[in-house]
Amino acid sequence: MKVKVIVTLKDGVLDPQGKAIQQTLNGMSFSNVKQVRQGKYFDIEVNIEDEEKAKIKVEEMCKKLLANLVIEDYRIL
Amino acid sequence: MKSSVIIFPGSNCDRDMDVALKKFGFKNQMIWHNNPTIPKSDLIVLPGGFSYGDYLRCGSIAAKSKIIKSVIEFANSGGLVLGICNGFQILTETGLLPGILQQNIYQKFICKNVHVKVNDKENKYFSSIKKEILELHIAHNEGNYFCSNDELKSLKDNSQIAVTYCDKNGKESEEFNPNGALSNIAGIFNKNKNILGMMPHPERVIDKSLSSNDGNFFFENLIKNLK
Repeated sequence: MKVKVIVTLKDGVLDPQGKAIQQTLNGMSFSNVKQVRQGKYFDIEVNIEDEEKAKIKVEEMCKKLLANLVIEDYRIL
Repeated sequence: MKSSVIIFPGSNCDRDMDVALKKFGFKNQMIWHNNPTIPKSDLIVLPGGFSYGDYLRCGSIAAKSKIIKSVIEFANSGGLVLGICNGFQILTETGLLPGILQQNIYQKFICKNVHVKVNDKENKYFSSIKKEILELHIAHNEGNYFCSNDELKSLKDNSQIAVTYCDKNGKESEEFNPNGALSNIAGIFNKNKNILGMMPHPERVIDKSLSSNDGNFFFENLIKNLK
């Protein structure tokens, strides 16, 4: 089955790319953009059929490699 | 004294490091990342570069490579491990050093000489070093050191901040912080101070014909302390 993961910077961690995107959007007259936070998206195909078991495995992957928990949070969708 | 420089796909300061180590008397060996073991060494160096193309996060893939288990074992048994630039990023990703190197605050790749101040001399790297403010080279996009407030306090309490960005007289301020690093941190130790990670490249400034030769102070002193 496929498991989707989103990794984002924790609240309060500086995101220079997000900031640059926000400023660019503001400059393109999207003046209502207040903040942009950039993240990463992973589409992971595992040969585990049971959804719960697959998500437990993916959670382990998030902790060990996909996210650096010093600055990032992960969400398994 | 024997040293080993680990080469990952995308390392590009490995040979500079080899030249620098040999210049000061190390018997250096170059070790490809696929080796499961490292020959007997007094010093292991993780060189600068862009291991695995900086995929995912800088240093994150190298931190899971085959050879890293041996590096971790060596470090945990008290062996000296030096990580420069990408090597520093790898050390934080392995968990051997706390924190992480984030993208530079102004989103620019920075390539220039900077001054750094040696903050602690109670260690094999800087004990008896003849010069405490060194002009070294930096070249990175992710050198903005970050860690939690608790970790920062712990780094300060245990004198683990090795080198900090400053001006030529040693004055530390935001003005002389090239990348936004917390507390002007350019390099840190682990608690036992056998592991040193730093963004500046001493191996790039070891000859008068280059823009600085302050790297000489670092390597000369290191081999002297190891003998």
